Order: sequence, then structure tokens, then C-alpha cells
Amino acid sequence: MSRLLEVRDLRTSFFTDAGEVRAVNGISFNLDHGKVLGIVGESGSGKSVTAYSILQILADTGKIVGGSIKLDGEELVNAGENVMRTVRGNKVSIIFQDPMTSLNPTYSIGHQLTEAIRLHTPRNKKQAKDRALEMLRLVNVNEPEKRLKQYPHELSGGMRQRVMIAMALACEPDILIADEPTTALDVTIQAQILELMKSLQEELGMAIIMITHDLGVVAQMCDEVIVMYAGSICEQGTADEIFYNPRHEYTKGLMRSIPSTANKDQPLEPISGTPIDLLNMPEGCPFAPRCDRAMKICLRQRCPRLEINGDHAAGCWVNVAEADIRSEDHEAEETAEKEN
Amino acid sequence: MAGQNAYPLVDIRHLKEYFPINVGAFRTKPLKAVDDVSFTIMKGETLGLVGESGCGKTTVGRTVLQLYKPTAGEIWYDGKQIKTKKDLKDFRTKATMVFQDPYSSLNPRMTVMDIIAEPLDVHGLSESKEQRRERVLELMDYVGLNSEHASRYAHEFSGGQRQRIGIARSLAVNPEFIVCDEPVSALDVSIQAQVINMFDELQDRLGLTYLFIAHDLLVVRHISDRIAVMYLGKMVELADADEIYDRPLHPYSKSLISAVPVPDPQVARANKRIVLTGDIPSPLNAPSGCPFRTRCPYATDACAESMPEFKEVSKGHFVACHRTAEIN
Repeated sequence: MSRLLEVRDLRTSFFTDAGEVRAVNGISFNLDHGKVLGIVGESGSGKSVTAYSILQILADTGKIVGGSIKLDGEELVNAGENVMRTVRGNKVSIIFQDPMTSLNPTYSIGHQLTEAIRLHTPRNKKQAKDRALEMLRLVNVNEPEKRLKQYPHELSGGMRQRVMIAMALACEPDILIADEPTTALDVTIQAQILELMKSLQEELGMAIIMITHDLGVVAQMCDEVIVMYAGSICEQGTADEIFYNPRHEYTKGLMRSIPSTANKDQPLEPISGTPIDLLNMPEGCPFAPRCDRAMKICLRQRCPRLEINGDHAAGCWVNVAEADIRSEDHEAEETAEKEN
Repeated sequence: MAGQNAYPLVDIRHLKEYFPINVGAFRTKPLKAVDDVSFTIMKGETLGLVGESGCGKTTVGRTVLQLYKPTAGEIWYDGKQIKTKKDLKDFRTKATMVFQDPYSSLNPRMTVMDIIAEPLDVHGLSESKEQRRERVLELMDYVGLNSEHASRYAHEFSGGQRQRIGIARSLAVNPEFIVCDEPVSALDVSIQAQVINMFDELQDRLGLTYLFIAHDLLVVRHISDRIAVMYLGKMVELADADEIYDRPLHPYSKSLISAVPVPDPQVARANKRIVLTGDIPSPLNAPSGCPFRTRCPYATDACAESMPEFKEVSKGHFVACHRTAEIN
């Protein structure tokens, strides 16, 4: 089976008055059918821009300046607006962070849902309405008939997010991009939405790209995880590898800085310093200025992607240094044994 | 952490805060943002206050400091009731607030020096310009800001640094009690930990008492000695932080705690979440009786008739539920 989505060395920049901002700076990843991929990072790490680049819905100042995005083997970069219109909604759809502002307040829910359905599928008005009702039932909206006539302001945040999900799934996309889908919601509503997404994913077999800053959400939802910092991928691997065997100093720092049951009586171990200014990127590893274990090479040269094992890769010189120490130790042991 | 000879510093009794909402041309209806809430905070303690948006936790924080005039109820501080204007002015030199949004809570036209010194100016606490400057620099040192930042403006700082400025401002009058209203929720994870640690250190160093309002339960558990849970203007449970995590008694607390996404894939997969159905009702049309009954899996007819009493079921563990004994 071919890869569903293949991103290679993607570069997206924003051209601002202050200069070129390299929001996404050479990232590569794959996504297979039916998998949930998590993209984690702090604000400004480029996780949302990655998603917007796939759909090519960047702001006017943003531009994909290099790399390739292949969907089912078809190249999307420079494919033109006509191709993109068949991709958006049909093959790849997106739900945004803020369900309050991503629905149009002047149209009814029914109007907005059927508009999306009729735009992408050859259904007539009646069929589109039936499909809209079916979708609302699928996402557990109560009284769907009534909701169709209501306007966004009449619904609660959780309900609006369900409508967004219904809209995104109405044309049965292969990939659903969820850009911080639960950040604006309360904990108990978040739990409802995450359960819903997980069960729909299992039922419909689509792939999900889950963009979030919440490691708890990642742990709950994702098969694979990408950790981003300053537009680059620090580390990628299966969820278990990332959580139980982190191999990039930034990922390790993130894991240590979240409160958990284990460290509740000790002070947290924060990452020192402040996030990087994307206009003044350092030459070496972007995380080096904040890294406790930074070495000379980290400041000079960026570490290439290193395979840890089949399911796991990280770009951190510390791994190289540790491997050297281990092999030196090993050699020392061997010579010691020989002498004996 | 509260010491051996701790005494209640803040004592809130039957606090109510109703906002009039226009429902017709000439009619208003009370929105019961806080409805009969009582609690105490011991000297040197951190009381965490959690709940979902619209449950009234921020209103509690603001009403305790009388930024809103309470509709009813008593606020006692250090054994004295705050009643007159003079009481209030004294109270405000002992109790201050750190706000949620570090972007909108700092005046963009003022330098950091002036922002931090404003409480000193308001209360006339600095005798000379030199003294004012020294005090500001001392405060900036407390919160880990460089003295050279004093002449800059707020927009030149990142979110985490702005929150430090806000904290320095709240420390200016040498307070004993600080209401922290979601002080870390606008910050990135890696910066959050820095600010949480700073709250801990300042508490040890200056003997502060906190009312810590947040919706992130992992953060609240980390920082708090005791935790109170609110739902639709009512307090539903109050207990030691560990107790409420390990043995929540109220059905709402149970679901809230089980809904927290744990950053550990194996635990998360094994975790049985109690997923509530339905949405939070509007506080304008709160259900009769227990406010949680519309979403509660254990609700009976009795729950619709009367609001359960907020009573102590084991030492220091308060809960407001008719069916505490049956469901636990």
C-alpha cells in the first residue's frame, strides 16, 4: 500500500517587514492510513503552519519555499489552486482551535453544513440535508433537526466543536487535521470530544493529524508523535518511545516540566530561558541556547536526524556524545579484559 | 505549606455575588455567579480553586478582594470583618491579585518601573524617589527580572516575563495574601514550570498565603495544599489535595479528575474515563436543587428538590451531595 501522506524537507516562510520568518524549516514525515499522528510544540514552533502548508491555506505573506508534499503519490506543492480545491474537504479536512470564530455567525448551522456537502459531493439540496442530519447524529448532537435551524451563537462551545467535526467529516476525508481541537474547551467537554474523535477514527478509518501543546492529549490519542521546536523536528517516533525513551534534550525538558503525580512534592524542573526569536535563528541547534547539556558543536552545527531504532529518530548531539562515551567505555572494558 | 500553629487568615462566610442581567426592556434577572460559598484559608497555605469556565471561580477570587461588592456574605481577614471603607483600604495593602492575562493586565504606556511602583504610589508607601526605585529593583530581583529592564515597556517582554512583572506588582505592598487568577494558563508549558516554581519559592521566602484559581488540575495539584471544586456557582467539594485526587466523593469531582489527560500513554490507554453527557447549563437557568443533577449519573428525584448541604464527611473533607454515602 502506498503512503497516504509523504512530506519531504518542507520549508514554509513568512515574508514580513522585519524579514523572512522561517516558520517551518525543513521537516519530513509520513502518515499511513488509519494512524493518529501528534504534532507537539510550543507557540511559534511551526506546528499549525505545517498543517496550513499541507492544505495551502497560509496567510498572504506565507509561502512554501521548498520541499514536497505528496498525497497518495500526487505532488501538492505548486499543484495549483484547482487541484487544491479537490483536496481540501474531500481528501484532507481541518478543524480549527476556536469553534467560536470558525463558524460564520450570520448563517444557520444547516446552511453551513449543507454548503460544505454540496460543494464537495454531487448531492442535491434534499440529499445534502439528509447527510447533514446523519453527520450531526454521528457526532452525538442532540435534537439535530432543531440544530440545523439554529445559529452558532445559540450553541455551546462543545456543541460548536461537534458541528465543526461533522462538517469536516461530511465528505469522508482520508486525513483529518485537528489544530488544537480542544484547547478552548473545558476538561469534561474535552474528554467528550476526544472520545468522539477516537471512536469516529476507528469507525471511519481515517488518519488524524493532531496538533496540540498538551502532552496529556497526545498520550491519550496518538500512535506516533513529532516534537517540534522553532520550525524543525527535534524528535519523532511512536508515542511509547517518545514518552518513555525521549532522546532529545528538549523533549526530556518538556517531560520534566509538566506536573505529575510522581513529582508533586518536588519543585518542577523548568526549561530555562525564553522561546527563540524566529527572526534571529542561531546557526546551530535552535534549542542550544536553552539547553543545559549544550556542547560546543551544538552552537555551531545543527545535528542531523539520527535513527535511534526503527520507530524512533532524534536530532540531538547529546546522543552522539553518549554513544561515543559508551563505545569508549566498551573499548576500555575490552582492553582491561585483555590485560587480565 | 501551613505550619503547626496555623490559623485561618481568610474566612469567607456565605458569600454571594449576583449580577443583574437584562432580560427585557425594564426587567433584570440575577445571574448567580457565586451562590452561598464558604471556606477558610489558613496562614501560609495554598488553596486551589478549580472548575470549568463559567463556574464562578474567578468571581470568587475577585469578590474575596472586593473588586466586586458582594451581594451578601461576610469576608473576615485575620480575625476582623472587612466592613468599612477604611477596613477595605487596609485590607488591600495585605491582599493583592495576579491576573490571568499577562498581555492585557499591564498598561502599555507605562514603564516596568512605574507598573511595579503603582501600588506603592497609590498607598503612599514610598517616602522618596530613591526609596521607590530601590524597592522596585528589589521586587524585580525577587521575580528574576534584570534591573536594566526597569525602564522598558511591557510589549518588549515575552508572556512569561510579563507574568513576572505582574507578580512583582502584586508583591509591592508586601502582602500576606495573594489571589492568583489562572496565572499560568496563558503561558507555554516550558515557561509554566518556571512561574509555578517561582510561586513556590516566594511562598517559602515571604510566608505568603495563596488562593490559586486554575482549570489545569495537574498544576493545581502540584501547588495546592487543599483543593476546592466549584460547579455553577456552588462549591461541591473541598479536601486535601491528595485526598481529593485519590478519593473524590462528589460525582462531578470524580469525572473532572478522571477527565484530566495524563501525559503517560500506558496510563492513558488503561484509564477508565467517566465521560459526562451534556453541556454545562447556563447559570441564568440553573437547575433546581443540586446544580449538577442534569449531568449526574446518580441523580434522583431528591436531587431536584433541594440543594444538598455542604458538610464535612471525614476530617477536613467537605462535600455537597445527597448520595455521598450510597455512591462511594
